[in-house]
Amino acid sequence: MMLQAKHTTGLVFFPAFDWAISPTHPEREERLLYTQDQIIEEGILDIDGVVEMKPDMATLEDVRRVHFCVPDEWSVLTQSHLISAGGAKTIATAVMEKRVERGFALVRPPGHHAMRVVHGARGFCNVNIEAMMVEYLRAAYGLERIAIVDTDCHHGDGTQDIYWHDPDTLFLSIHQDGRTLYPGSGFHHELGGPTAMGSTINIPLPPGTSQEGFLRVMEKVVLPILKDFQPQIVINSAGQDNHYTDPITNMNFCAQGYARLTEMLQPDVAVLEGGYSIEGALPYVNVGIILALAGLDYSKVQEPDYDPEKIRQSAETDAHIHKLTDEILDYYGKCAEIVAHNRESKEFAQRERTIFYDTDNILENQKERLRVCPDCSGVLSIDSLTDRGYHIFAVHIPRKACNACLALGEEWYDTVNLRAYDRAFLQDRRNNRYLTKSS
Amino acid sequence: MIIGLDVGGTHTDVVLLGPGGIERQAKVPTDHSNLIECVWSGLEKVTVGFPADRLERVVLSTTLTTNAIAENKLAPVGMIVSSGPGLDPETFRTNPHYHVVSGSIDHRGREIQPIDPMEIESVGARLRNQGIRQVGVVGKFSVRNPKHEIQIQQILEDHFDYVVMGHRLSGNLNFPRRIATAYLNAAVYPIHKRFFDAVRRSLEEHGLHIPIHILKADGGTMSFKASLDLPVQSILSGPAASVMGSLPFVSGEADTLVLDIGGTTTDMAVLVGDAPLLSPLGAQLGRYRTLIRALNTRSIGLGGDSAVRVANGILEIGPDREGPAMAYGGPCPTPTDALFVLGRDTQGDVDAARRGLQRIARELDTSLEDAARRVFDLACTRILDAAREMVDAINTKPVYTVRELLEGYRVQPKELLVLGGPAPFFASRMEELGPYTVRVVPQWHVANAVGAGLARTTCEVTLFVDTERGIASAPEEAFYQPVKRDFDKKKAVDLALELLGEKALAEGADPGDLEMEILEEHQFNMVRGFYTTGKNFRVKAQVKPGLIGTYRSIINQIHASRDVARQAGSPERG
Repeated sequence: MMLQAKHTTGLVFFPAFDWAISPTHPEREERLLYTQDQIIEEGILDIDGVVEMKPDMATLEDVRRVHFCVPDEWSVLTQSHLISAGGAKTIATAVMEKRVERGFALVRPPGHHAMRVVHGARGFCNVNIEAMMVEYLRAAYGLERIAIVDTDCHHGDGTQDIYWHDPDTLFLSIHQDGRTLYPGSGFHHELGGPTAMGSTINIPLPPGTSQEGFLRVMEKVVLPILKDFQPQIVINSAGQDNHYTDPITNMNFCAQGYARLTEMLQPDVAVLEGGYSIEGALPYVNVGIILALAGLDYSKVQEPDYDPEKIRQSAETDAHIHKLTDEILDYYGKCAEIVAHNRESKEFAQRERTIFYDTDNILENQKERLRVCPDCSGVLSIDSLTDRGYHIFAVHIPRKACNACLALGEEWYDTVNLRAYDRAFLQDRRNNRYLTKSS
Repeated sequence: MIIGLDVGGTHTDVVLLGPGGIERQAKVPTDHSNLIECVWSGLEKVTVGFPADRLERVVLSTTLTTNAIAENKLAPVGMIVSSGPGLDPETFRTNPHYHVVSGSIDHRGREIQPIDPMEIESVGARLRNQGIRQVGVVGKFSVRNPKHEIQIQQILEDHFDYVVMGHRLSGNLNFPRRIATAYLNAAVYPIHKRFFDAVRRSLEEHGLHIPIHILKADGGTMSFKASLDLPVQSILSGPAASVMGSLPFVSGEADTLVLDIGGTTTDMAVLVGDAPLLSPLGAQLGRYRTLIRALNTRSIGLGGDSAVRVANGILEIGPDREGPAMAYGGPCPTPTDALFVLGRDTQGDVDAARRGLQRIARELDTSLEDAARRVFDLACTRILDAAREMVDAINTKPVYTVRELLEGYRVQPKELLVLGGPAPFFASRMEELGPYTVRVVPQWHVANAVGAGLARTTCEVTLFVDTERGIASAPEEAFYQPVKRDFDKKKAVDLALELLGEKALAEGADPGDLEMEILEEHQFNMVRGFYTTGKNFRVKAQVKPGLIGTYRSIINQIHASRDVARQAGSPERG
């Protein structure tokens, strides 16, 4: 009997066996070695309907739809990042062109901590591979409504930042509570910018949360909000560090749970993010996810030391999660009203933040200014200064900017005082332009 | 002097190769019901009156095991499969006597759950009572640690004729393929052994005390003795023989496509420089995907005798063959008949061929000549398209390092080497239609037997070193050696080459003919908690498929002995 996938599933497997942040860094050559062994030994690439694909290289144009790289792209990224993002694009393209129903980009390095402005690497990420893929899909296939569900244990603060003001991209993140883990954000009151509230949803779970908690928030929060949003395509940032054996987190999730979560979510495209239990978790979790995507039986996939009783979450965690889900749904219900109120009451909104690049040890200070536009999501300017003394001014004109916001964005860029900044950037998504200048 | 013998579907070709090139050659019809007789009569034709002491060896390529598998004439086998967690092992069931037993090994080769000897004994007793004589034992990750397979084999070995262990078949990972390979290996063992014992007896009775070698799917040879451990490696040696037979004639300047245009099918293979490409994981035979090292070949159902018909106004060729061409008394028109109509071939019943094509012409509402041209062109383009698809598939094979992806070598064949019955006729038209230089393999009608005779002994070794666990292993070779922390990549490579050399010699290689190469060498730092705790090396080495050192003089003679049809299109009948 030959195994036949119920859903044709594309796989890009790119373990980058010759790339590491540093020799002993968690993001190193060895990371997907045992996963590769497990996938090949299980014969997964021989299953009819599972198609392995070679990753394409992403382009600088893909980067420029999403990021302001400071001072330029090649200063902050490597070929590996373009392959990793390219792998995600390869899968998404195959899904859009209906060569496969779904797909999984098992690539590294990851990307979900990379924000719109990139001065270097944070949380092992340089460029945001999901956002590059999503904006490519919009450019190539005219997609509008896209949902990204981030199931990495760390809050996907980079993806959140990029889509904070975009009402057409639903960003939903399930992660370990920011009070107990890097990057320290992703609280459930973080719901999106003034014109896009409700398109960012954060579900911070307490340490020790096990399968029961994850699947409960999937059922009670993630799936209902997705249904409400009606995305044309669902992306899963499939981090695997919620696993009970992960060395840098404190959760109790397991391979069976990840497979079930995937089966519930039915993502069109899954993209690997973090996950650093390279022997005890990744080989089993990835096999579980692939089988679940393909619609195959995963009931016998489990870790050698799996004991559901030993990792079951506490009664307090149960209670906490019940309360949390109610609160999130309550917040979510009020968002439309708040956006309307913002549009009536504000002309501009500002926020000021300090962003730490833990991997490259850079401290950035950011001032953001958004036009709270009645007609579109609003033009955005970013003033960014790092502790290395680099100072930039960047203007982002959204895809569906109104004429007023377009004109204002151009004016901001044209009149910037170049003596005060090292470099200025214009990312005009409406006209697909990317300009930079310096004195 | 070397004898090369290739048992094909319709003919058995034999050549006697020596300093004078092809000293003798013969073609006898293949009698599937009596292969021994057919092999012997072929051998007799080239050896009669020849001094036996001048014969170095005989290399046989047969369809014996391939046909046994295709026709499902396989001996009953007991399969004992130890899986542990993962995909349900029932999914990989090969046959009725398939038993899943306890025991589990993880990806590092650590024992997770021991086997249960009582369980094995009870399965063994059951198999014995069912009259089963061959057993395959396969464990998941047994190539990382074969302990369980060995334990099971030790419990069973005294009670069965043949117990094959998965980890001895290939160093590659892939549990389902390991199961299928072990199964086929055990299932063809009795017929393989019976056949070659008979060949050996027959040779000895006739005073020919010469070593017997067997052609493998990867285009290499192994001694008859070595083949008893891995008889299944002799499958698909037919296509391998043709590819090896065309090897002497590649220009070597560019990549080459080899097309063997037969009656029913066209087999194709790719040569990079003068090295045939191997299939990435292993041969596929019908529904069985295996770990058997094999040339990367593709077969399409289109040959000189493929049935030609018109369906809904559209011209179709193959994939079926209803018989020979009408020019040779067959029932329906074929591409070969088109060649007769076009006046390219004349040695047959031209009128019958015209009658056949006339039918096609009527249905296509065109002239006889135009119909023939269209049939012939369609056959040529279909073959060229399939060849292009094959090259594309090779070029889209995923790679796993940044360097390989950036520097990725793309196969770009510039030259076609054609052999098989209608080869000379197809060659000239293919050159006009495609981007290739096309040449016909000299002596194409016995190139397969020449290929078998001149192929070198090949083999592969996979070495796995885990310094954290302190072990270097090549389970396929039953090699285990403790290693220290300071073991490095150079040592790993040297060790792999040493093992490879020993293995090749044991399988019958000539010490002067060991063209070894490293296929893969990876080194990984194993880091636990921010400290390097060990290193992981993975080295794969092979003796490259190729021709024995003395082939040049023989080939020069083949070139000289006959004004070789260099330019495409010169017909050369065997």
